[in-house]
Amino acid sequence: MSAGSQVTSASALYEQREKRLIDAIELREPDRLPTILFSHFWVARYCGMTCREAMYDYQRLAAATRKAVIDLEPDAFHPVHALVAFGPTMEVLDYKQLEWPGHKGISDNVPFQYLDAQYMAADEYEEYLLDPTGFMLHKYMPRIAGALEPLSQLPVYPSVLHTRIIQSMEAYARPEVRRALETLIRAGEEIQKMRAVQDRMVQELKDLGFPLAAHGTSHAPFDVAADYLRGSKGAMLDLFRNKDKLLSLMDRLTTLIPRAGIAAVKAMGGNMIFIPLHWGLDGFMSPKQFTTFFWPQFQKVLLALIEVGIYPHVLWEGDCTTRLEVIKDVPPGKCVYFFERTDMFKAKEALRGTVCIRGNVPASMLIAGTPNDVREYCKKLFDVVGEGGGFILDAGVGIPDEAKPENVLAMYQFAKECVY
Amino acid sequence: MDDKGKQLIQQIADMQEEDSVKLARDMLDSGYDPIKLLAHCREAMEIVGKRYAEGEYFLPELMLAGEMLKAIGDMAKPLIKQDISGGKTAGTVIIGTVQGDLHDIGKNIVTFMLEINGFKVIDLGIDVPVANFVDSIKEHKPQVVGLSGFLTLAFDAMKTTVEAIQEAGLRDNIKIMIGGGQVDETVRNYTGADAFGLNAMDAVSLCKQWVPA
Repeated sequence: MSAGSQVTSASALYEQREKRLIDAIELREPDRLPTILFSHFWVARYCGMTCREAMYDYQRLAAATRKAVIDLEPDAFHPVHALVAFGPTMEVLDYKQLEWPGHKGISDNVPFQYLDAQYMAADEYEEYLLDPTGFMLHKYMPRIAGALEPLSQLPVYPSVLHTRIIQSMEAYARPEVRRALETLIRAGEEIQKMRAVQDRMVQELKDLGFPLAAHGTSHAPFDVAADYLRGSKGAMLDLFRNKDKLLSLMDRLTTLIPRAGIAAVKAMGGNMIFIPLHWGLDGFMSPKQFTTFFWPQFQKVLLALIEVGIYPHVLWEGDCTTRLEVIKDVPPGKCVYFFERTDMFKAKEALRGTVCIRGNVPASMLIAGTPNDVREYCKKLFDVVGEGGGFILDAGVGIPDEAKPENVLAMYQFAKECVY
Repeated sequence: MDDKGKQLIQQIADMQEEDSVKLARDMLDSGYDPIKLLAHCREAMEIVGKRYAEGEYFLPELMLAGEMLKAIGDMAKPLIKQDISGGKTAGTVIIGTVQGDLHDIGKNIVTFMLEINGFKVIDLGIDVPVANFVDSIKEHKPQVVGLSGFLTLAFDAMKTTVEAIQEAGLRDNIKIMIGGGQVDETVRNYTGADAFGLNAMDAVSLCKQWVPA
């Protein structure tokens, strides 16, 4: 079907957009340059909502997403609720890993931020390796949410068996454990409420012809160790102090991470997974550290996802130009590499025939530039990176919260003129 | 230089944490001059900084070097009776992550590299209100102010900070550099800063250029 052909029915539009995206991912020339809409708070701000409102008001966020998608007409979009709409649930949990707008003195119109800290001590590696689930339940959950502290009292089941299992029920009746369990139920109900609104919005947009760009989220093993367990300082020092333990932990994660990702994607009935990376960029680790602690484990995660028919969209944050020769080692036509500051032209050279490239209109341009700047940049991308297909237009790390609407509109409108 | 001193410098520069801390302990226990020992540490840090600048070392090495320096400093400093704080510095830099942003990995690495290069760095921390920058400039009279930010919200916070410095009548005497995450020439122009940097070495080069020895 040519780009010029007028498709009118929503289902035909849906198929056309889905095909455009898959053609790009599988390195064929699509009819025209595909686009994805990915943002955290831009969609909300575009419709006059504060960041706090986006995190708390499921209905208004759904309306904002609908409006943004209809106005911009991307070929696929990320469901924003799954990225931001968990304010009420975090309140129920007394959640501690994020600071968020309108909570504890933070102003209403700033995004949430992750609190980099040590959530697993260096001397807890053995405990994690022996029983990751037990560690998460008894130690990690109580640390990251005040309301879940009593979970530390739950029985340690690998060592509780036979009639001791029956007797272990006593723990669940303790007043503080009972309160924690009730909190879990309330938090679960809140998430169900949010999901119901999101699911309705996704269905409505599907009925209007717009597919989803992500059906789940996954991680790189090193990022899990550094961001969520050891903290950035702890993880960097572990490269020297606890090298073998860190490698063993990542071995476990290499098996566990795809399992959760595949389950999430299958539950949504889709085939796309989003994987934001934080520690892979140039400058953070040496090339040798990258090929020891980051890439081999992450490559296994990618292969496990690809094996079951899932297309990973890997967001390589920062500049990853020096990693290109290493990270091109994936099966052709199965992966999307979403770049922020990586040299897109070098990326095209290195990844041609292997990986579909996505990105990278700079945040600074969308915030402080003009529609003309944006169009010129997009044209250069299309001419060079888009050559022969294998390219999806997006902003550097999605649309920045502060982007000017006219710049964002210019980007999506320009893509429609980029016909193969 | 004595053999022990040479060995200590080499061990620190080569990231031998346990060996270097143990050797420093032994040296101090056997009466080694703590001031001399700290001078060796500074020399080792210069090698670490050089290896970072040359692309041999990366963030993990800088982090470990900082840990070794702290461990050895904590042992040596209590043994020093005279005041050693009055040494000559290459210049003064005030640094901080701008209001609203909590990220500090980049800022900390820039601070570390500037200190290795002889600058006195006043680190105001993260989520720094505009007024704190202004007050600190009045108090410390730096030659350079470094504004750090990872999130895009930092663009406006940097702009507001630069404007506040201007309004306080302090802009003419200082240079302002910005860095972190997504900054580039467009952001530099938007914020009114004098320069932007993509890594810690850029920060060192800018400060050296602005504050001639």
